[in-house]
Amino acid sequence: MPIEYYIALASALFCIGVVGVLTRRNAIVVFMCIELMLNAANLLLVAFSKMHYGIAISNKEAATAAGTDAQLFVFFIMVVAAAEVSVGLAIIVMMYRNVHSVDINFLNRLKN
Amino acid sequence: MNLVYLIPLFPFIGFLVTGLFRKQLSKSLISIIGCGTILVSFIITVVLFFQIKENGALPVHALFPFIPANDFKIDFAFQADQLSILFSLIITGVGFLIHVYSTAYMHEEATAHYGRYFSYLNLFVFSMLMLVLGANYVIMFIGWEGVGLCSYLLIGYWFKNDNYNYAAKKAFIMNRIGDLGFLLAIFWLLSKLGTANFADVFAHAKSLTSFDITGITLLLFLGATGKSAQIPLYTWLPDAMAGPTPVSALIHAATMVTAGVYMIARSNILYSLSPIAQNVVTAVGLITALLAGTIALYQNDIKKVLAYSTVSQLGFMFIAMGVGAYTTGVFHVLTHAFFKALLFLAAGSVIHAMSGEQNITKMGGLRKKIPTTYITFLVGVLAISGFPFTSGFISKDEILVAAYEHNKIVFFLTSFAAVLTAVYMFRMLFLTFFGSFRGTSEQEHHLHESPSAIIVPLIILAILSAFGGFIQLPDAFGGDDFLNQFLSPVVPAVTHEDSGAAMKEYNILVATVIGLAIIYFATKKAFAVSQWTDVYSGFKKVIANKFYVDELYDMIVVKPLHNLAGFLKRVIERSGIDGIVNGVGSFIQYSARQLRLLQSGQIANYVVFMVVSIVVLFTVFWNQTVIINFLQKIF
Repeated sequence: MPIEYYIALASALFCIGVVGVLTRRNAIVVFMCIELMLNAANLLLVAFSKMHYGIAISNKEAATAAGTDAQLFVFFIMVVAAAEVSVGLAIIVMMYRNVHSVDINFLNRLKN
Repeated sequence: MNLVYLIPLFPFIGFLVTGLFRKQLSKSLISIIGCGTILVSFIITVVLFFQIKENGALPVHALFPFIPANDFKIDFAFQADQLSILFSLIITGVGFLIHVYSTAYMHEEATAHYGRYFSYLNLFVFSMLMLVLGANYVIMFIGWEGVGLCSYLLIGYWFKNDNYNYAAKKAFIMNRIGDLGFLLAIFWLLSKLGTANFADVFAHAKSLTSFDITGITLLLFLGATGKSAQIPLYTWLPDAMAGPTPVSALIHAATMVTAGVYMIARSNILYSLSPIAQNVVTAVGLITALLAGTIALYQNDIKKVLAYSTVSQLGFMFIAMGVGAYTTGVFHVLTHAFFKALLFLAAGSVIHAMSGEQNITKMGGLRKKIPTTYITFLVGVLAISGFPFTSGFISKDEILVAAYEHNKIVFFLTSFAAVLTAVYMFRMLFLTFFGSFRGTSEQEHHLHESPSAIIVPLIILAILSAFGGFIQLPDAFGGDDFLNQFLSPVVPAVTHEDSGAAMKEYNILVATVIGLAIIYFATKKAFAVSQWTDVYSGFKKVIANKFYVDELYDMIVVKPLHNLAGFLKRVIERSGIDGIVNGVGSFIQYSARQLRLLQSGQIANYVVFMVVSIVVLFTVFWNQTVIINFLQKIF
């Protein structure tokens, strides 16, 4: 598949994520949207790494490692994202315990 | 040995001692120091006078270089020639009598104020001596400013009265206007000749263009109008009567106001080269003499009458200067110093006797109560009115002769002014000393002759007023023309044409007849005191209000300045400068208040800002070459 498809899909996912973060008030949905943006980035990384690998093969570079570093990177990101999700969800749980709501507009106590 | 610098030194020492130790010294010690320093100066002056009379002018004595700058040099130099020693005699002599008089007149003042008063008086004499003894225009200017300052200090001596302070400020400011003219004239001279020494300036006067000469002399004359109370700067002098009476006698009659006359007499070589300036001087003197003489007719304050008569007499002196009879003008300065000091001091004695009353319509009948004051006052009045063979008669007659030879119209107007003098002086004399007493019974009970410290100076001045004129008795009476001869090395002697002698007799006759007629006329009218206390109407009202000159000056100078100041205060200061300062402050406060709202605490808002900012940054980053080119094009 041409790389443009991947880029379009990743951009669409990212924009959905941004719009979701901007518009939704439910903390869990916002959280999901952040994950969506994260994964749009991951998707692009994987897509570009495959593209570089393909180009290297077609250039008759036997036993090439081109593009593999990006895929490794994606694993790191997924690990970090998992850790982030656990922290984030814990925060949301604590928030629900305190204000009985997961509406992020309640979290404006720092304002005054 | 040249002792000339000692003459101003002693009053300066007196000023320092009485001024600095006014709280420590007793009144009698202050009196002794204050009068003693002037007496020492007077004795030195007399010694020098006879020395100069024998041997001619002393050489210029430079104490130290005052302004040395490369090849341009102004020395702190004194010069005692015939003219300056004559003025020094008047200043120290009359000044000494007035100091003695002051010891009695100011006796009720507190000791510290008494010391302050005498230190001012001494400083004044010092400044005046600097003025007449300086050997260049710059030293003269130091004295010139000094007398202006002392005038301010002494008019405002009773500084708790706001009206007096106002009069003091008025005198100072009006003098400053004249001083500016004097200063500009000095700069003009320095730029053209590179020197301000009298000797050098007069030696090179002919090398100046007529434009320069006229400009310089007119600017000098502007200075003279300020100091000598001529139109247009005369209004400060009548107001200056706010000061103690001896001050009026010393400053505003005998010495300070003659500074302008001295300056013109000193610069006679310059004035003789500029007919325009001479005509201006004559015209201003003439108009002043007439105007002030007319105003004096309707004044009821004894000191105000004398003040206007001073302005009028100064006008006579300027007429003499203008028609080129410099010696005659100086002669009138001399006689005027005698009889005007006498009149002021006698008026002070009257005020003293009347417990501070100055309104002559509330006096009357004082002839019997204070006879010595009356007789001396009468001598003064006769002298100033030009009664035959008094000093005022001889000097004024010479002015009339000089005016006659110059221009008939000037002569007739001057004669008229002389007649006015007789009228207003006799009016005052009759209102004050004749008729019945019109004051309160308390004042009548308190009436007393003044102590001897007041009476003795009066008698000395009365003798001088009566006979002082004989030093310059005209040829027609067998006089020896002493002053003319004495001053001739400095001031060109007044020479008369062949018909002069006969002309003089004629003048004398006319002046006397008119004078006597007027005296009779005035006697009859002035007895009726109600004549002068009525509310005036028509032209009399205009005169009684001093031709509304003060109001005119208020309208064309003071009010616009006030309005300008108000405008600057309201618009430039409040709206402009304050507006900018406050505007910056309130702009920052306002914008901070608005920007504060951005920090809403809503996470969604922060995210929106973040996203928008990222988009903007990316846009800028991608288009940076376009933007840089655009900016380069602008700047």
